[in-house]
Amino acid sequence: MTKRENYSLNFGPQHPAAHGVLRLVLELDGEVVERADPHIGLLHRGTEKLIENKTYIQALPYFDRLDYVSPMCQEHAYSLAVEKLLDIKVPIRGQYIRVLFSEITRILNHILNLTTFALDVGAMTPFLWLFEEREVLMEFYERVSGSRLHSAYFRPGGVHRDLPDGLLEDIESFCKRFPKQIDDLEKLLETNRIFRQRSVDVGKISYEEALNKGFSGPCLRASGVEWDLRRHQPYDCYSELDFKIPVGTNGDCFERFLVRVEEMRQSILIIEQCLKKIPNGISISNDPRIVPPKRNEMKSSMESLINHFKLFTEGFHVPPGETYTCVEAPKGEFGVYLVSDGSNRPYRCKIRAPGFSFLQATEFLSKGHMLSDLVAIIGSLDIVFGEIDR
Amino acid sequence: MRTDENEYIKDIFQLIKSLLNFCEYDLSIKRNEINLSCSSNDLTKVLLFLKDNPSLSMECLIDIAAVDFPENPYRFLLVYNLLSVSKNFRLKVKVKLSENESIPSINEIYTCAGWCEREIWDLFGIRFKDHPDLRRLLTDYDFIGHPLRKDFPLTGFTQVRYDNELSRVVSEPVKLDQEYRNFDNLSPWEGMGKYLPGDEKSDHKDD
Repeated sequence: MTKRENYSLNFGPQHPAAHGVLRLVLELDGEVVERADPHIGLLHRGTEKLIENKTYIQALPYFDRLDYVSPMCQEHAYSLAVEKLLDIKVPIRGQYIRVLFSEITRILNHILNLTTFALDVGAMTPFLWLFEEREVLMEFYERVSGSRLHSAYFRPGGVHRDLPDGLLEDIESFCKRFPKQIDDLEKLLETNRIFRQRSVDVGKISYEEALNKGFSGPCLRASGVEWDLRRHQPYDCYSELDFKIPVGTNGDCFERFLVRVEEMRQSILIIEQCLKKIPNGISISNDPRIVPPKRNEMKSSMESLINHFKLFTEGFHVPPGETYTCVEAPKGEFGVYLVSDGSNRPYRCKIRAPGFSFLQATEFLSKGHMLSDLVAIIGSLDIVFGEIDR
Repeated sequence: MRTDENEYIKDIFQLIKSLLNFCEYDLSIKRNEINLSCSSNDLTKVLLFLKDNPSLSMECLIDIAAVDFPENPYRFLLVYNLLSVSKNFRLKVKVKLSENESIPSINEIYTCAGWCEREIWDLFGIRFKDHPDLRRLLTDYDFIGHPLRKDFPLTGFTQVRYDNELSRVVSEPVKLDQEYRNFDNLSPWEGMGKYLPGDEKSDHKDD
């Protein structure tokens, strides 16, 4: 009689289905996962340490580089935290522009996640269809900030610049066109037999477990908790906008997929409302202590020139205090715990990334499933290593 | 911040004050955030109470943050960030620790604390009692030191490179071609006022 033994398998760090540099040490009984131990930190860049050595404005671009598929939402959390400590208000137009671009970011993120998840379980077509739309959205990024990915567009006090001419019309025509693409994606996958076999009842998590494991965002909502920071703890102008919160019941990979698809539709609705309601006016606060002066002012006023120079070398001072501020990023709750000692540099900046707790739950979710289901689970959790490793 | 939100947070504040009476603690509201400081011995009791009490039910641990104050007798501050989804409020539980003190792990209460505590052990060197698996999390496998402590230099102590002759990655002391430049731009300058001196007559309509 032969003796059967479990064997260990090293999954990653370079593996196309790991969505980045994830090393998983797996213990397999045949093809069934018995133990999964994620080793993270391969993309650790010491962001928190670097931020402690930069001024408040210089620290902002690091937030683009955390979760690099939803950059603006993270700038949003940091800007809100700094604004809270400084106690300054953002002009209404600035708030609307931020919300508009937060929702564009949500669509950008969900397109990437949904299509690569489908790619992981064998469907290539959605990837080809929707990445074209992603390019269009990144063009909107480029038109407001000058760069497609690392935009550094949201600043404490508002947004860096006002919208260029014609952008709102182009976003509007995108909103008219895009829902059809979502329908196509859903039609292709929702009733697809292979897709359902790979995702229904795979990686199930109940809502008590999900809360205990620190889940947030679409993964928590798929387990049946109606919880959305945009609704329950609104920031900027979200309280004036109307949208629905999609909620699942089963908490498996398939429902996490469905929740994200519906969230894209709701984002389109929010964008359309923003386009209707966006007022005229200034897009960044006019407090000269925090916001640099306009270019033409600098050409005529010595004081403005000095102010500009000092803001970009010394930076502004933030009164002592601490705050935890969070936003509903596309992946879940993204928070910044910011401690200030009254100088021009943050004393401590702890970044709370939603993916951190998702990845921690991988072992719980994949135990007893097949090795190939593990790939589906990782795909449906929406993991990006920039934010987990920091 | 809306006024009803202020009221709600004050209600929660009073509620915790009336319910929590088995240990010494300090409760305060700052910037609409509730903070609770307690001693490290009472931490597990307090967290269990906050989680299980049906009128508070803080079922979610969002994050654990550590802050290093090298000059203080209590060097480290641990901040447990809790969220109640059913009651919709947040609470920060703060614990002070001296340098060589260890703190009980709360892995049993909130399962997501496991990695948070591993991260803090890795980056700050704070030990957690009874943690099932206290390995390093973010830094390299053979890393020495705790990088987020304030006395750890930004450039670190070692650098790694691939050695062609040994055909493996080697670790050696940091060698910088140029000294790390730390520009200290601190000055008593407090920023420009709202109006230019001598410009009082102009009309600032966009304020």
